[in-house]
Amino acid sequence: MTGLETEFTPLQSLAGGALIGLSAVLLMFFQGRIMGATGILSGLIAGTAPGDRGWRAAMVAGMIAGPLLVLALTGQMPAVEVPVSWPMILAGGFIVGVGVTFGSGCTSGHGVCGNARLSPRSMVATATFMITCAITVYVIRHVVGG
Amino acid sequence: MRFLSAFIVGLIFGVGIAISGMINPAKVLNFFDIAGTWDPSLIFVMGGALATTFIGYRIVLRRDKPVLEERFQLPTARAIDARLVGGSAVFGIGWGIAGFCPGAAIPALGSGKVEVAGFVAALLAGLWVARAIRDRQTGKGAVA
Repeated sequence: MTGLETEFTPLQSLAGGALIGLSAVLLMFFQGRIMGATGILSGLIAGTAPGDRGWRAAMVAGMIAGPLLVLALTGQMPAVEVPVSWPMILAGGFIVGVGVTFGSGCTSGHGVCGNARLSPRSMVATATFMITCAITVYVIRHVVGG
Repeated sequence: MRFLSAFIVGLIFGVGIAISGMINPAKVLNFFDIAGTWDPSLIFVMGGALATTFIGYRIVLRRDKPVLEERFQLPTARAIDARLVGGSAVFGIGWGIAGFCPGAAIPALGSGKVEVAGFVAALLAGLWVARAIRDRQTGKGAVA
């Protein structure tokens, strides 16, 4: 199985990354919290404290509105191409949910916020998931599918 | 005020995910496919996000407390243990299978694609099951 070609977009990616960072800084400024998608979702489904779900739901709504704002401003919906089968989508989703729970975070919580705080835990977590992700992609595309 | 600031923070995050290309699993998987259709764009996403957060946190954390709460809630766990490494390893495998991480999948729901909804449903199921197992093992634990 070979991948779908995608265009190299260094400037948009850098600008988008800076906005991701800005959102993390603003959440720390307003609520004193780490911006982690795992923690936001996990708290939303588990409801850790009374009144704790509302702001999480508001944040998720804002996230979903993000690409719609891009559509409104540019007239174009950002590309979302899912180049894998339905069983892979569902298995991938479930496995990600299990992994981020036990690993206590994902690309946003560990990869951006934790590493920016120079947390050794986040550095180890980030190195681990980047490596296993790369191995998984290699195996699926070049060993199994090759 | 808490709702409004959370919505705006989410919106900025969602716009960032969208224009950076993280929202597109084809692009994410290509970042990891160095041996195939490699697209190095995501290095720039990570670089931009890390540089901004690194500098911004240093400014914000000089304050005594955040604007809307009484104190900063920073993670206190220090242990680099099998749970951290094993969980992260499993996360990477799932990320490599489907091409979505949680923070990219939520904004991608805005595209209206049914594949994204399927991924997020499976993600929530995984989160729920893993939380139930973890809480049974240890009582409660904080997630970053």
